[in-house]
Amino acid sequence: MGNLPYKVRVGLGTCGIAAGAQKTYNAIVPLLEAQGITPEKVGCMGMCYNEPLVEVIAPDGQSYVYGSVTPDEVETIIEQHIVGGTAVQDLLVLSPVGDTDDQPFMAKQHRMLLEHLGKINPESIDSYLEVGGYDATKKALSMTPEEVIAEVEQSGLRGRGGAGFPTHLKWKFTRQYEGEQKHIVCNADEGDPGAFMDRSVLESNPHGVLEGMLIAGYAIGATEGYIYCRAEYPLAIRNLHLAIAQATERGFMGKNILDSGFDFSIQIREGAGAFVCGEETALLMSIEGKRGMPRFRPPFPAEKGLFDRPTCINNVETLANIPCIISKGSAAYNTLGTETSKGTKVFALAGKVNRGGLVEVPMGLTVNEIVFGDLDLCQYDHKLFKAVQTGGPSGGCIPAALGDTPVDYDSLKAIGAIMGSGGMLIMDDETCMVDVARFFLSFTCEESCGKCTFCRTGTKKMLEILERITEGKGKESDIDLLEELGKKVIAGSLCGLGQTAPNPVLTTIKYFRDEYMAHVTDKCCPAKQCKALIRYEILPEACVACGLCKKQCPVNAISGERKTPHVIDPEACIRCGLCVNSCKFNSIVVTTGAPEPALQ
Amino acid sequence: MKNTEKTNLAERNPVEDIDQIVRRHNVNRGATIPILQDIQNTFGYVATEALTRVSDLTGISESELYSIVTFYSQFRLQPSGKNIIRVCHGTACHLAGADKITESVMHETGAKAGETSEDGLFTVEKVACLGCCSLAPVVTVNDETLARVTPDKARALVIESRDAEKEKTGCKGECQHGKPAV
Ligand SMILES: Cc1cc2nc3c(=O)[nH]c(=O)nc-3n(C[C@H](O)[C@H](O)[C@H](O)COP(=O)(O)O)c2cc1C
Ligand code: FES
Repeated sequence: MGNLPYKVRVGLGTCGIAAGAQKTYNAIVPLLEAQGITPEKVGCMGMCYNEPLVEVIAPDGQSYVYGSVTPDEVETIIEQHIVGGTAVQDLLVLSPVGDTDDQPFMAKQHRMLLEHLGKINPESIDSYLEVGGYDATKKALSMTPEEVIAEVEQSGLRGRGGAGFPTHLKWKFTRQYEGEQKHIVCNADEGDPGAFMDRSVLESNPHGVLEGMLIAGYAIGATEGYIYCRAEYPLAIRNLHLAIAQATERGFMGKNILDSGFDFSIQIREGAGAFVCGEETALLMSIEGKRGMPRFRPPFPAEKGLFDRPTCINNVETLANIPCIISKGSAAYNTLGTETSKGTKVFALAGKVNRGGLVEVPMGLTVNEIVFGDLDLCQYDHKLFKAVQTGGPSGGCIPAALGDTPVDYDSLKAIGAIMGSGGMLIMDDETCMVDVARFFLSFTCEESCGKCTFCRTGTKKMLEILERITEGKGKESDIDLLEELGKKVIAGSLCGLGQTAPNPVLTTIKYFRDEYMAHVTDKCCPAKQCKALIRYEILPEACVACGLCKKQCPVNAISGERKTPHVIDPEACIRCGLCVNSCKFNSIVVTTGAPEPALQ
Repeated sequence: MKNTEKTNLAERNPVEDIDQIVRRHNVNRGATIPILQDIQNTFGYVATEALTRVSDLTGISESELYSIVTFYSQFRLQPSGKNIIRVCHGTACHLAGADKITESVMHETGAKAGETSEDGLFTVEKVACLGCCSLAPVVTVNDETLARVTPDKARALVIESRDAEKEKTGCKGECQHGKPAV
């Protein structure tokens, strides 16, 4: 062993823990102890698909990342690498020498905001201070608030919560309005189901967000901040509480911060499970202790916000960008990205993709580059890439054919999608686009607060039509009706929820009309997802009559004696698909369309 | 897999607990929701009696409190089962077959989504995104998150915690173990 010892980090973000990282960590601790090493608990480095991740930093400073590390593999890594000095090639996902299959996932990225994720211990302020934490605060407090705002203006930063409103303008407006007390609110509601950028940032680098809020507070003249975080993120909430306590203890929060005369404190509010509370005016109502109903704007929150005081609401990622911009300077930021969309953006890749996780790339890369990088596979488990949904229930789908579209606010808008908050759901040929549209609409319909008639009943009517289509009872005219209703809901809604709810329907019709037509005219679901249009059948020649499927079937629709091929009663079958999962011989097939099975 | 052994209203002095909760939060403006959340954390649900007490203490009308509790999906007006199984139905999990997971959990527990099983052991809920989308489908059992769940794994989970419960109470499944006293 050299002079410096090895360092070991274990990723213990929510995704890591879900994949079993706590067990891996527990296995590692005693073994490392024997070597005189204490492993560091870190957050999520973004390679979620490879969790649990263990990083070994050699005495020469080189980093080796091991992926999908089970408790059993821990010993091998320690024996061979830390004791023996040779990396375990088979388990490496990132290596300083030689390429791994996963290298391109990191190589395509430009990490500014995510720089410290998975590197620092989110439970320790010292860990953050070691990498230059709170330097931005010191710098900002030595500038005037106007200078801070000017720096943010120079950077070109636009809101990452979805709408892309220039951040410096929001700050300027809130600063302008008179008020004894002003507020900065961090929107950590992350409502898009399928997005997790904010969760990772909050969990893995909570001080980064606090610093962003503090600087924003200083710039607009607010002394009190609120973080509105969804309750589904308990680890994020826990780490934020810890971070606030530590920052207060070290004098980065509270009265007279770093002798600047500036006071600032932060409270955390937990969401209570309402998507509409991600909308800024509804969010404020919720913090005030009321039902989260959006209200008419103007007056904008910058003038009359929380408790009627001037309030600035920013998204987690927007705020987490601030310390980078202040400490590295706006020039380091605005040289990245496109003309109108500056800097980097974090995307959360999920769905039918082999490498799901967080990527941070400069704005303006194409959809294909972001999703696949250099791995120009366009494939997931050998299935064909079909579309990407950005912006969740408020966004639109981008078909594979438009995969060369640059991802920036304006280019996405031009093709009917939106940037959204950064969620990217990848879909393949086993995804039914009508079902996806139905899924999103059932979400928004359920989450509509009910204030506006078009949003309340319009989305309901649209959902009924979509359900009809997926059940094989649709008419051709239904598709036009959906488009007409969609336009009306957009026009007749007060807040962004209703104004965007029809987007998934409208874009899927725009790009996948033939799939709608197949449901309506041929009563067939090409992706074989819509329950009413598919049938499960057992191939007699492949069935070995093991009886497993029979046991799994919740409605006893499968019959057959031992040693004779089983059969499914189509009348009784509820198409839950549990039998397919249970069959070890691939003898159960799904068919759609004309009743005569056209097996391929 | 710690389960939700919440103290029920009969065992402790609920009024005192509620008074304490209200006192703790009432220093802040707009504390209504944190108060209700704390009550749910303490008792596992928000009972009508609890709303009456909060109303007495804060001066917020009962009907307003009720309107808040019914607006936010987090609040439960009925006691939950001993274990809460949440199946994520966010977009990523939907694409990864969340329906099958729910189907399998419902089949094994005998409880429909949003309901509690007869034996009081399981409450099954559908939720929208737990933030582990790249490891879909995701399920949480009480405070534990499980990734890449299959219908088989989900079923095994239920069986496992049911067996653990039987072991603990020494019963063979005929009693209503854990069924919360109302
Ligand atoms: C229905 C709806 C849900 C929203 N959900 C979120 C959310 O979960 N997180 C978020 O940051 N912004 C969300 N927004 C956008 C916010 O209203 C607001 O624009 C944003 O927080 C402003 O921050 P920014 O300027 O930093 O982007 C939502 C908007 C609507 C209409
Ligand atoms: S969609 Fe299930 S965890 Fe996000």
